Amino acid sequence: MNHTIVALVDDKPGVLNRVTSLFRRRAFNIDSLTVGRTETPGISRMTIVVDAEEQNIERLIAYLVKLVNVIQVFNLSSVPTVNRDLAMIKVGANAENRMHITQIVDVFRARIVDVTNTSFIIEITGDEEKIEGFIDVLRPWGIIEMVRTGIVTMARGTTPLYPNGNGNGHLAPSELIKDAEKTYEMRIKGEKIWPR
Amino acid sequence: MKLIGAQILWESLVREGVEVVFGYPGGANLPIYNALLDSPIHHVLARHEQGAAHMADGYARACGKVGVALATSGPGATNLVTGIATAMMDSSPTVFITGQVTSKLIGLDAFQEIDVTGITLPITKHNYLVTDVSEIGPTLREAFYLARSRRPGPVLVDISKDAQQNSTDWEYDDSPFQLRGYHSDIRPVPQDIQKAGEMIQSARRPVILAGHGVLLSGALGELMEFVERTNTPVAMTLLGLSGFPASHPLNLGMMGMHGEACANHAIQDADLLLAFGMRFDDRVTGDLKGFATGAKKIQIDIDIAEINKNVRVDVALIGDLRETLRQLLDCIEPCTHNDWIATIDEYKGDSAIRDIQNMPDDGLLYAPHVISDLWRYTQGKALLVTDVGQNQMWAAQYYKVDNPVSFITSGGLGTMGFGLPAAIGAKFARPDAEVWVVAGDGGFQMTQAELSTAAQEGIKVNVAIINNGYLGMVRQWQEFFYDRRYSATPMRGPDFVKIAEAHGLKGMRVTQRSEIEEAIRSAQEADGTVVIDFKVEQEDSVYPMVPTGAHLKQMIRRPAPNPVLENV
Repeated sequence: MNHTIVALVDDKPGVLNRVTSLFRRRAFNIDSLTVGRTETPGISRMTIVVDAEEQNIERLIAYLVKLVNVIQVFNLSSVPTVNRDLAMIKVGANAENRMHITQIVDVFRARIVDVTNTSFIIEITGDEEKIEGFIDVLRPWGIIEMVRTGIVTMARGTTPLYPNGNGNGHLAPSELIKDAEKTYEMRIKGEKIWPR
Repeated sequence: MKLIGAQILWESLVREGVEVVFGYPGGANLPIYNALLDSPIHHVLARHEQGAAHMADGYARACGKVGVALATSGPGATNLVTGIATAMMDSSPTVFITGQVTSKLIGLDAFQEIDVTGITLPITKHNYLVTDVSEIGPTLREAFYLARSRRPGPVLVDISKDAQQNSTDWEYDDSPFQLRGYHSDIRPVPQDIQKAGEMIQSARRPVILAGHGVLLSGALGELMEFVERTNTPVAMTLLGLSGFPASHPLNLGMMGMHGEACANHAIQDADLLLAFGMRFDDRVTGDLKGFATGAKKIQIDIDIAEINKNVRVDVALIGDLRETLRQLLDCIEPCTHNDWIATIDEYKGDSAIRDIQNMPDDGLLYAPHVISDLWRYTQGKALLVTDVGQNQMWAAQYYKVDNPVSFITSGGLGTMGFGLPAAIGAKFARPDAEVWVVAGDGGFQMTQAELSTAAQEGIKVNVAIINNGYLGMVRQWQEFFYDRRYSATPMRGPDFVKIAEAHGLKGMRVTQRSEIEEAIRSAQEADGTVVIDFKVEQEDSVYPMVPTGAHLKQMIRRPAPNPVLENV
């Protein structure tokens, strides 16, 4: 089954590699992946569509959450969402089929963004089904080239997905060393913790 | 204060509480080694970077502080890889610092340039490439923080040579910092604690599965309190050993493939399993479909990705084991399980009959004799570091560790050659401990060059080589499952006594059981590192054994001239 996962990640070099390596390492296959900036500087948003069983998705999300550069992860598979994919399709166009193609473009609420004597570039946004349908209809006219962005997803309603992506406060190192030494003492001084 | 990157590095290490580092210099970390001379930190020169990595790992496991290893770029860094992976699989808090070529040359296949952060991506908890001198201080703070917090693990920091050499204004910053994507404060849901408490209270045949988490979170006292209050028997994972005293009547010993029969039977018969900081490794569970089918399962782990990974659990408590056990103890009344413990005692009796220790002496020297005598003459108080293979399993079975955190071994990755260097690291962590290495003749030869490190440092670790002239564990599998076709397992080793002597160290050879005591005693009295070559029975096997694909009750037991699967 397809699952849509949204991950908020640090906008740093190598982060995309960390995420995709994880999918490879844990033997998951990515269907579609998009990355882009968010309204918060320094945070990117990934929309990942992955085909996996429910049980494995839980595990995958746990691994994603563990990545230090991954701030938050959401599984949007079971909530109402708006999904959009964008495609640019270059089709051959001549005097005979021009009108036909233009009508189809209107019906699908797509847009012609480039015109030459022999071709159109058509832009269409929508969910996956709509775009697949559009491509099927265009195919007989001769698709020269096509590019798609992959799906981006947003949950419906006013609540933002995340409260501005802030983490907890962390201890200063001096306290951490003290902590480690405390644990060390508990670990080593057997007579104290093992009363027998 | 104006400092160069290399000085910032050593100053940061001092601030993180580092007293000793293990490493190997080279072209791309020359500035770091130059600044080392002005630092109070002691540097141990390993003979191979893998050795340095295991030393840092052994150090960390022995004392709980972060172990640090250094290497140069290219081959220096790639030589660390096995050691880093070992630390990763066993959650050992370590920081690895590698030199990298000058940032302008990165990506141009310069001399000794390799993509270290790329190579180590799947075997580190996190890693960094630093090319800006001002980033060295903050990055090291993060690195140490990540290495020691939550589920510990290795963090690698790759620093370009120009970043080491450039200078910047730097003051140590001790203020709390934030990592947006990393929360160390993870606590279980109170309702789940309540639910777990009720399950524990009503269980009739509970068993605790104690793992490495007990040691890592320092939950030894809490575990003891839990066991004593609920009278629940404890089975240990390999890495859980020394998290609970072996001599305690409720300790069942190790579980799993080469676990005690009584532990495996108890797990299969249980109605409640309490997984404390363990991850249901395949060497522990046997066939998953047949694993403890009648038992409800409660798992406490700080790593959310371990929950439901191999075994579905009924209640998951995600958080620090020590804190969680404390909360759990608050809602548990004392209880007894006398019938259950009596049943387990019957299994124990059966095991004793099959134990080679209780069989008539046939004049041969068996590895279990060696380990058992080592246990006797060290009063079970040694800090034992093992290599990997039969020697490791015999050590786990026959060295009944009673001291906390005194059994160090490569469990997850099963890295041959781990023993000697890890022991050297452990000795630096606990100079007063009597450190013993148990290694096979195969594994010992993989890193025996580190004897030279021990000699140069003048430190004392005693090495017991269980020498059977075979790669014993593989030979055992060939015996059981490949018709005794011993392909590439017979191994003619060197004269280990002379190897020791060539390093200026004492070497001894033992061929009879009657010679064991004297050899151990004289090793204990000797000044430096000692190597004892125990020439043991060549074709002895580790029993019991749960073959792959079998469930825990289907053990091959000793003695069995033609091993058979027993359904008990």
